[in-house]
Amino acid sequence: MAKDGGVSCLRRSEMIGIGIGELESPPLDSDQVHVLAVDDSLVDRIVIERLLRITSCKVTAVDSGWRALEFLGLDDKKAAVEFDRLKVDLIITDYCMPGMTGYELLKKIKESTSFKEVPVVIMSSENVITRIDRCLEEGAEDFLLKPVKLDVKRLRNYLTKDVKVAADGNKRKLTTPPPPPLSSTSSMESLDSTVESSLSLVVDDDSLIMLPESSTSPVDSP
Amino acid sequence: MNTTVVAQLQRQFQDYIVSLYQQGFLDNQFSELRKLQDEGTPDFVSEVVSLFFDDCSKLIDTMSRSLERPDNVDFKQVDSGVHQLKGSSSSVGARRVKNVCISFKECCHVQNREGCLRCLQQVDYEYKMLKTKLQDLFNLEQQILQAGGTIPQVDIN
Repeated sequence: MAKDGGVSCLRRSEMIGIGIGELESPPLDSDQVHVLAVDDSLVDRIVIERLLRITSCKVTAVDSGWRALEFLGLDDKKAAVEFDRLKVDLIITDYCMPGMTGYELLKKIKESTSFKEVPVVIMSSENVITRIDRCLEEGAEDFLLKPVKLDVKRLRNYLTKDVKVAADGNKRKLTTPPPPPLSSTSSMESLDSTVESSLSLVVDDDSLIMLPESSTSPVDSP
Repeated sequence: MNTTVVAQLQRQFQDYIVSLYQQGFLDNQFSELRKLQDEGTPDFVSEVVSLFFDDCSKLIDTMSRSLERPDNVDFKQVDSGVHQLKGSSSSVGARRVKNVCISFKECCHVQNREGCLRCLQQVDYEYKMLKTKLQDLFNLEQQILQAGGTIPQVDIN
């Protein structure tokens, strides 16, 4: 992964021990794509985390919508301690969770100033069209059927479309093609069958080196 | 390294894992999990399934208690347990367990306590059976590694 030239304006998150994530990878490298995974099932968290780590993402996995909000600093308890706004490039969340559903989490994220631009992907074991529609209407990037098999190309499509590639201070915009319309993607097609996306887990050096655009939206001031 | 021994063990492993798929104990998701394992994470699969089996045990316990008294069954709670079990079994490729969960869910929906109890018993049986089978599989893996061989990639398609 390209590490030359500090691009950024991307702020490093400080992994404060707020004691939320059960699974936290080593400290954030601003070059890496950072995914926040939300799932109440431990088994699923571990699998998702591994899937994402294999594609060179940095992953923070939490077990509830509340923990996710807490992690993002969007919960009601405005942190007494100031910390840099976290760099989160993608949020992937289970739909069915006790307390706060993935849909409710999606809404809260889309309502926030700091994170509304972050793509949110919903996962569910149930293929309910109304559910899918509702999530997409609310701004979800995609809706994946479980068990999830991550498609690296699809993952790349979720990330912000304007990216800056670090290279001697030369910044260029890389536009990725928009995700295919949902009527044609596997989330709709795989009604009764198991999801059989062509899974490419082998990650070459070029994948996912793109840096998400540094967020220029104002910090959610407490 | 005794190459004959290694080859024999590898053959055994291959046959065994294929039989697990053929007999419906495992489905494609298990092979997806195996793809996530590498030299850096040689215990990934066994760790994940171990967590799954722990899950099974706990959920079955809870559901059993919910189903205990005929006059006071909290079907919502049982359904929630089945939902979780169905989810995690699906995530690890535990096909038979998952299939029992499908029937189990039905019994919850129609509030059939007897049916639920039968499903509970079946799910208990299936997860324990799978646990034994996978233990045998992992043992074979260990034997191969100890004999200096590598674990074969198995294409089940």
